[in-house]
Amino acid sequence: MTATAIADRSAVLPHQDGKRATAVDRLNHIQLLEAESIHILREVVAEFQNPVMLYSIGKDSSVMLRLAQKAFYPAPIPFPLLHVDTGYKFKEMLEFRDRYTSELGVKLIVWRNEEALADGANPVRLGTQRCCGLLKTQALLDGLRAHGFDAAFGGARRDEEKSRAKERIFSFRDSAGQWDPKNQRPELWNLFNARISQRESIRVFPLSNWTELDIWHYIHLEKIPIVPLYLAKERRMLVRGDSLIPVEQPFVQGLPGEEQWIKCRLRSLGCSPCTGAIRSDADTVPKIIAELMAVRNSERANRVIDHDQDGSMEMKKREGYF
Amino acid sequence: MGFAEERLNGAANGVAVDDVDARIEEQLEAERGKDLLRFSTAGSVDDGKSTLIGRLLYDSRNVYDDHVRAVTRDAAIDFAQLTDGLRAEREQGITIDVAYRYFSTAKRKFIIADTPGHEQYTRNMATGASTADVAIVLVDARKGILDQTRRHACIASLLGIPTVIAAINKMDLMEFSQQVFEQHRRDLEALAERLEIPELIAVPVSALEGDNIVHRSERMPWYTGQSLLGLLESVPLAIERAHAGLRFPVQRVLRPHQDFRGFAGQIAAGRVRPGDEVVALPSGVRTRVRSISTWDGELDEARAPQSVVLTLEDETDLSRGEMIASASAPPRRTTRFEATVVWMHATPLRAGATYLLKHTSQTVRARVAEIRSRIDVEHLEERATDQLALNDIGHVVIETSRPLLADTYRESRTTGSLILIDPADNATAGAGMIRAITDAAEDAPALAQATGALIALGARPHLAADLERALLGANVLVLRTRARGARAALLAVAHLGAVVLAESDAAGPVLLTVADTDAAETHVLAGEQAEEILNELKRLGAIPTGDSEDDDAVAR
Repeated sequence: MTATAIADRSAVLPHQDGKRATAVDRLNHIQLLEAESIHILREVVAEFQNPVMLYSIGKDSSVMLRLAQKAFYPAPIPFPLLHVDTGYKFKEMLEFRDRYTSELGVKLIVWRNEEALADGANPVRLGTQRCCGLLKTQALLDGLRAHGFDAAFGGARRDEEKSRAKERIFSFRDSAGQWDPKNQRPELWNLFNARISQRESIRVFPLSNWTELDIWHYIHLEKIPIVPLYLAKERRMLVRGDSLIPVEQPFVQGLPGEEQWIKCRLRSLGCSPCTGAIRSDADTVPKIIAELMAVRNSERANRVIDHDQDGSMEMKKREGYF
Repeated sequence: MGFAEERLNGAANGVAVDDVDARIEEQLEAERGKDLLRFSTAGSVDDGKSTLIGRLLYDSRNVYDDHVRAVTRDAAIDFAQLTDGLRAEREQGITIDVAYRYFSTAKRKFIIADTPGHEQYTRNMATGASTADVAIVLVDARKGILDQTRRHACIASLLGIPTVIAAINKMDLMEFSQQVFEQHRRDLEALAERLEIPELIAVPVSALEGDNIVHRSERMPWYTGQSLLGLLESVPLAIERAHAGLRFPVQRVLRPHQDFRGFAGQIAAGRVRPGDEVVALPSGVRTRVRSISTWDGELDEARAPQSVVLTLEDETDLSRGEMIASASAPPRRTTRFEATVVWMHATPLRAGATYLLKHTSQTVRARVAEIRSRIDVEHLEERATDQLALNDIGHVVIETSRPLLADTYRESRTTGSLILIDPADNATAGAGMIRAITDAAEDAPALAQATGALIALGARPHLAADLERALLGANVLVLRTRARGARAALLAVAHLGAVVLAESDAAGPVLLTVADTDAAETHVLAGEQAEEILNELKRLGAIPTGDSEDDDAVAR
């Protein structure tokens, strides 16, 4: 993949030409959120020895990556990206990942729990909880430990899920990588306490105060590249009740008549067997935004894992899941 | 195929835009006009605070269907459950931490910092209030002002929130009585006056039944004000009320290649434009802003709280923790000041204890020299004490190992705030707001204010002696030397504010290089009289004039 393949260079590279007028009366909410996130990114790089950005290839990661470009420009992004590959990510996600990161010239580390995968771990055999535990949580903790990362950026937002509404921007993890909701540091003003002891680490969420609409709005404004799975097109789906399950893995097999071509898109990207699609005609970012303004379901509603049991996301977080 | 074609991301990529996209673009235009108001809510278990927030979100159509379904039992929505978060809390039936909520209306975007009201969590309330434009204080119409009401109002006041909205809740249980409301309103206004809260607005509501939350209630026709949401939509933002000039704490120095040296940071107060005269602190070197550099191009102007990169006209030695500030109104440099501290650690704060102190991007060692008083936030009185326990608030005197470049909290929330970190367990032990700067750091402001100069005198020993004597008499940092080939080093000393008298055997005119402008700007002095040169130095600001003996006055 060469750089010339990108039709609009401004989508990936900084604006080198001239000035833009900025005599603004006041900053709008997007500008305020951007300023806050950049402050957080710089603060972590200044205070930690070995930070990393967790890169999930999704829309939030894409925004976070753009903010990192902005935070250190004209210097390059001063930390690597870590992608925890469960082995069940969509093919289109992996293609996008490899191409985009190489075009940006950032260092990408891919980490997989090869042992569990060799044992045949998958959500159908193990159930989603155990599967996530091995392929996501375990792999993440192992990857962080193997590289000695002391701070990891994640793209989580507080508006995603109830247990995340209380998450700090600097989220302290003990030496086992676990989160204790009762023992989090108070965060006042924009003063972040970055002190940790040996073997402890911090997860940092620069997008904490962004909403799903803010994310899409920013992608639109900044022309940030996204995985095409977010955009509606005819796709082969397994239709089961209200759920649309993408047909990618051999163990995802429908009953006769369940497989159909459906115009649909993904609202959040995860592993193909556990990420439901939604019926949609939104084939451009503005249309996604329009859909978002109209839709009455939260984005994680299509994720199988959050509904395993009441409060399940909180349990995963205590164990170390992002 | 490249990303641009794949993403089909609107007109900018040359992809055909249909009517739908154009219409949405209009909506987004309106969306971009919205600002962002942060408000904190505080209330006790029975105040119905969670119910109030749940109702606010639900009635303003900001709750997703699946969330509503998850908290609906027997066709009744449990509004409190819409906002109560963690499992442990659900079991206890109380909120135990700060929860952030997001919603928007046609006029504004909002961030709610939802904090618990019971006593042991004062720290959470202070946390939520630290960034808030508005505080909502809940008052139970049956009970009126309670200890906790005074506590909430007091913390809102200490944390510098300009507007407090008192929601007089459960009006349905008081038959929507105007008399009840008016009595509470009068009490609250008296409280606000005592606490010096700039603005207090009282609104009668029933969170459970939705009266005056989003829609004006028909059951209280005597109330002519706006609903709670109406107030939130119209209250002015606490638009960075900083009375300070430019404050730009350096977060990180960016040096991607030899030709670029930029200072990355978030503007803490004020505005900046290329060409502005600034001072690098603590060195005191004056220079000008060359550019405001960002990924989106160079900016003509930037303002708090934007995150930018500044480059300066002169090679200036600045690192993380230091500051670029307005040359005409710099911050004060202090190692001893009074602060109001909210204590957040199980181990009480005692005089003499040492902590790490983080202020803007700088972390220094600090000693709490004195504990002056504890504020009784329920009776609004100061009491003598020798320690502050968890959730206490008090006035203390702090001394730091290195100077802070600070303002009072009243002048600027960002350069007037600090946190104390316990070096033993790394916990955030306290949050502080600078009330008064009591020292006038002797050396720094004078030096920081002085313009340095390098004067090449050649072989004029009498002139050198006269100048040296006069400058010493004027308390100027002066250096007289015959060092050879040391021009760069001498210029650096001049940049620190010194007047350097460089003698040599060279013939030729007297050359004066001013250290606060471009280094190339060297003047040939026509006259060779000490008096003329001294006048020139006065004009340049290298010799302080009469009233500058008072360092504090200079610094302001």
